[in-house]
Amino acid sequence: MHRFANPARFLRIAKPLTPWLLWLGIALTLGACLWGVFFTPTERLMGDTVKIIFVHVPAAWLGMGGWTGIAIASIVQLVWRHPLAGVSARAIAVPGATFAAICLITGSIWGRPTWGTWWVWDGRLTSMLVLFFLYLGYIALSNASSEKGDTSRVAAVFGIIGAVNIPIINRSVIWWESQHQKASITLGGSSIDQAYLVPLFVSVAGFSLLFGALVLMRMRTALAEMRIEARMRRMADY
Amino acid sequence: MKPKHQRLLLAVIAIAALVGAGLIAAAALREEASYFYTPTTLASANVAPGKAIRLGGMVQKGSIVRAADGVSITFTVQDKDKSQKVAYRGITPDLFVEGSGVVADGRLGPDRVFVADSLLAKHDENYVPKELADIDMSAAEHTKDTLSK
Repeated sequence: MHRFANPARFLRIAKPLTPWLLWLGIALTLGACLWGVFFTPTERLMGDTVKIIFVHVPAAWLGMGGWTGIAIASIVQLVWRHPLAGVSARAIAVPGATFAAICLITGSIWGRPTWGTWWVWDGRLTSMLVLFFLYLGYIALSNASSEKGDTSRVAAVFGIIGAVNIPIINRSVIWWESQHQKASITLGGSSIDQAYLVPLFVSVAGFSLLFGALVLMRMRTALAEMRIEARMRRMADY
Repeated sequence: MKPKHQRLLLAVIAIAALVGAGLIAAAALREEASYFYTPTTLASANVAPGKAIRLGGMVQKGSIVRAADGVSITFTVQDKDKSQKVAYRGITPDLFVEGSGVVADGRLGPDRVFVADSLLAKHDENYVPKELADIDMSAAEHTKDTLSK
């Protein structure tokens, strides 16, 4: 990983990679959503509302995956002092929070016709809401801190401790079973019919590529800002 | 304010926020966990009548009885072993049908009938196209095993 420690080398790879991730992500996401909405059968109980799954599930996974990424990057930042680790953790925060919000909103919209309510204080819903608030806290904290030094480390510590919530979200439907159904897709298999499962995975792939493109863009922006700041400082010295 | 103090303040705020979030989550979830019952746990838990609890399970086939007033219903919630009679007055969610899941907020009456204040439909983790469900077995019997075959 230290091969990429040089921001210039990272940028040489990230710059051409970004449009590929972006456009492939947009194409797959659009394709999967059109497929999901128009070419999947109605569900036995939920009817057509099942089709919100093609946004809800990718958003949920990426919201959780985002924080997992923040936690890993934070560990790398604290332990190995990798210069890009902190930058990548900060770059993940806003897209991660956005996907967590999309998950909560689509879940709420889905809950109204199927369960009969916009919101219940169920274990899964509550822990997902906590994840969203953790994201907001992390964003505020990392914006308040300078790029280098102790304060950046405080955000990293927050990122690591907040990761406790990720396994809680995952286990919540088993530990506190109430309104949200149990996991449909586990390592052991899936209880989602192939007709929904295939476009769902295409959608997950598409949203993931989009997520990657957003993170790379934000990392490049952050690096560019750091360079501007450094140059301004040099100019001020003359 | 010295930078050092600023950093200290940030650290304190972050830790306070974290502990706060953890406590709120734990409190909300513990409360949730303590008042959710299935017919089996309800039968063995000795819950006092009048205590607010949440009951979840499957609506027994053929058990929904609509009263003449059009809004009062009674039905039986069951799980693998036990069943519980429920009375409710109000509009039921679209997915509230016999054989499907239900979560009811309410309390036990003195006659051990569960009086529900609110009814929410609950579905399981299986997603099955309508045509398939019509062909093979009753919807509630779908499991991971039957689907993967």
